Amino acid sequence: MINTNYPAILVLSPLLAALMCSIFSWCAKKLCYPTAIISLGISLYASIEVLMQVMDTGTIQYRMAGWAPPMGIEYRIDLLNAIVLLLVISIALINLVASYQSVNQEIGKKSNTFYAIYLLFVTGLVGITATGDLFNLYVLLEITSLTSYAQIAMGDKDRGPLASLNYVFIGVIGASFYLLGVGYIYIMTGSLNMVDVASLLPSLHGSSAVLVAFIFCMLGIWIKMALFPLHVWLPNAYTYAPTVVSRILAPLMTKVMVYVMIRLMITVFGFEYLFEKLNLAEAVVWLATIAILAGAIMAMAQKDLKKMLTYIIVCEIGYMVGGAWLGNELGMTGAILHIVNDALMTFALFLALGNIVYKLKSVHFDNLKGLFGKMPWTMAGFVLGAFSIIGIPPTCGFFSKWYLILGAFEKGAYHFAGALIISSLLCAVLFFRIFEIGFFNNEHDEHNTITMSEAPVSMLIPLGLVSLSLIITGLYSSSIVNKIILPFLQ
Amino acid sequence: MDQIISIKPLLAVLVSLLIIPMLISSSDKPNVREGWTFTAGIIKFLIVASMLPLVLQGKEIVLTLFEIAPGASIAFKVDGLGMLFALVASSLWIVTSMYSIGYMRTLKEHGQTRFASFFALALSATIGVAFSANLLTLYLFYEILSLATYPLVVHHQDKKSKISGRRYLTFILGTSVAFVLPAMLYCYHVTGTLEFTTAGIFAPGQMSKPALTVLLLMFVFGFAKAGIMPFHSWLPAAMVAPTPVSALLHAVAVVKVGVFSIVRVLTGIFGVDLLAQFNLGIIVATIAAITILLSSCIAMSQDELKRRLAFSTISQLSYIIFGVALLTPMGLLGGVIHIAMHAFGKITLFFCAGAIYVATGKKYISQMKGLGKTMPITFAAFFIGALGVIGLPPSGGFYSKWYLLIGTLESEYKFLMAILLVSSFLNAFYFLPIVYQGFFSKSDEEPSNKAETSGATTIKEAPLWCVVPLVITAIISVVLFFYPDIFVNLVKIGLGL
Repeated sequence: MINTNYPAILVLSPLLAALMCSIFSWCAKKLCYPTAIISLGISLYASIEVLMQVMDTGTIQYRMAGWAPPMGIEYRIDLLNAIVLLLVISIALINLVASYQSVNQEIGKKSNTFYAIYLLFVTGLVGITATGDLFNLYVLLEITSLTSYAQIAMGDKDRGPLASLNYVFIGVIGASFYLLGVGYIYIMTGSLNMVDVASLLPSLHGSSAVLVAFIFCMLGIWIKMALFPLHVWLPNAYTYAPTVVSRILAPLMTKVMVYVMIRLMITVFGFEYLFEKLNLAEAVVWLATIAILAGAIMAMAQKDLKKMLTYIIVCEIGYMVGGAWLGNELGMTGAILHIVNDALMTFALFLALGNIVYKLKSVHFDNLKGLFGKMPWTMAGFVLGAFSIIGIPPTCGFFSKWYLILGAFEKGAYHFAGALIISSLLCAVLFFRIFEIGFFNNEHDEHNTITMSEAPVSMLIPLGLVSLSLIITGLYSSSIVNKIILPFLQ
Repeated sequence: MDQIISIKPLLAVLVSLLIIPMLISSSDKPNVREGWTFTAGIIKFLIVASMLPLVLQGKEIVLTLFEIAPGASIAFKVDGLGMLFALVASSLWIVTSMYSIGYMRTLKEHGQTRFASFFALALSATIGVAFSANLLTLYLFYEILSLATYPLVVHHQDKKSKISGRRYLTFILGTSVAFVLPAMLYCYHVTGTLEFTTAGIFAPGQMSKPALTVLLLMFVFGFAKAGIMPFHSWLPAAMVAPTPVSALLHAVAVVKVGVFSIVRVLTGIFGVDLLAQFNLGIIVATIAAITILLSSCIAMSQDELKRRLAFSTISQLSYIIFGVALLTPMGLLGGVIHIAMHAFGKITLFFCAGAIYVATGKKYISQMKGLGKTMPITFAAFFIGALGVIGLPPSGGFYSKWYLLIGTLESEYKFLMAILLVSSFLNAFYFLPIVYQGFFSKSDEEPSNKAETSGATTIKEAPLWCVVPLVITAIISVVLFFYPDIFVNLVKIGLGL
């Protein structure tokens, strides 16, 4: 009996802990942080168990409160969301461990309520990933969005609230699009369960209502994942959020949205509908190509490290959207692998960034001089993350590029392959510019005066682990592909 | 061919990587740190050498580490070619480590631990390239090498090295990402494998001539470490690095990695037969010939000694490509053994340039008149090194030139011989005057006091740590004239000649 409840524990553990945290923030402030850590630890354990079970016995279907679908809400966990769940929860947990000092420094007195919001946010992400119900997904999406608005507003005193408000407006539009799409699907099929809908849709493929539903859903998700040119909310929101928040938003929010897109494409609408009935695939790949180039070029114009990284996220979104829409196995493999890889490398970079912010307060390029001397360990982690973004083997970024480019060759989408290569080159320029600033001094004799002042060990160890994981997931990427992605796609 | 599975190639790669934590932990004890470097160097050389007998028996030592995709793995294979390159690189690392001590300490360079660490990392990557069993592994180590050498090139951390570092990365990292990566993936897309085999990976009729030509050019220009024009200008720029870096990395390890990669691609990915069938060799040979002649001419006009050596290196690297592109047995042999022969000659020359700088602070050839009288050992070694590069006996360089010349006669394009002859003449023209003026010209400098002019010139060599290594390499260069067999046999085994 215990075994079968893991999917519920995944979500309920942070949800209940969030409630406990909000109570504790009145009466027992010291308990907030441990509660958060423990609840995520339990979730992490559950997610590992779930992954093992799915790999052994196949898809898990869990009915919330025992109601049968299509009436009840079903949590349906297969190989794809099992791996994304593990990713989401482990990043959320590591981030919380790494950010203890930085939360106290940046959020200060509100930090106890912050933990409650943070846990709710994680609950939302986990729920989105685990659910097998289209409307439930919308509800959880709103939970995630509302909590992220609140978290962002806790950041930069001047610009945080404005960036958050901007995000609210655009986020609400995105969510409404998605809701409209789901509404159309419900009208046409009378069902909200993904698998159920998928079985009903083929007879309705000709219907223009289904087409509208599909386009609304996709638009909504694209806004939420910041696909160029729908990305305008992202850079400011992520830049002016507190470090701890951008550390989790940047690697996870967009990646979970990519997961939702792939889920809708594969499980709900199906490849047959997307690539044989619709003629959109080529246009979307072109859009992704433009997104990649635009993201990289806009990153080039930034003078602030954090903002530069947020534009790189916009660029990376193009990789995954393009890969998914190539419509072949290689491209989809690359896209799914890149969800994992990109989450890890963005996380490594933002962990390093957080350490720098903790010490230097500002990450404007002017402040980064002599950084290799001041914070050698942090910079070592940063360099590994950067190499992964550039796509230097054996870091994981190289291997997702490998599949994406091969997929592009197979499809004949040479423009997409070209964009991937060019973005590698542009990212190399972007990061080596930072390295130069960190490594060289204007006056030659200045290098004697730089003294080391590293971030605390509790911030360095998570960074070290995550940046080493970039190499390990890189070298074992074939295991991920052969044991998880390919069985899922077949 | 017999294959033996062994962990030795991995150990040979890892040994200098594992030493890095020791280097960092002993950063305030320079002698201990240097001790670790020597230990790693000697162990590395011994591991490489211990595989030599098996390779000479015609066996291959293999090890697969990670399967990335079907037909593409991270794997090692030790064959004749890889062994030749690994032997050269690992033996010269020991000598260079010795030289580094003399050079870096005498000049009181900063950041010596960082220097030693990245040097060790670069050597790991070099051996990795030498022992790569397929193009993916080779690419992996190639990129690691590019990145590991960047901190060495910009070691001085001043404005000049910043600009040079930019150029270095743009050419080396840029070309490999822009050309080699897509070309490699395209090969994999078409054939499903990246394994090096003498027959090549393309099935007959699988590729058209234009497609093959484009791929070939992407590889030849993409491996810009080989310094083929117009992607050569990173090498003179990289001369801002401390001389040990220029000596080992920019005369041996890095540049030869570029050449070695091209040789591997020509012989292992395309295959000699396919290239001959489509008559593609001549395209590469022409590009190489242009580089040989142009860079020799540019070398003559350089007054800074290290820059002259750099342009000489560019031209000598193209000899190797040129020889292989002839696609005749003797051309291949001459080209590949030039990897070894040129290495010993050119590293001697760089050691001499560094020794002169350490002893006198002189960088320009015009300042070196009469210097042979105060530094006779250095200039004698310079002479031997120059002979090796020009290709005259008694030096190992004679054999590579000899085989290359026969190689041109074997090929359809006999007139290519003229290029080799003209270039050898140019080589002599830009090297020998340095030696001549060193020994026989009078110094332009005003004598500082009378005692010095009237009496016999006092001998003032660089410190012993600098002089001994250059004597060793000069001696090896001569010894190779009498005993070239090991390298010749390795090439014959490696290429199945």
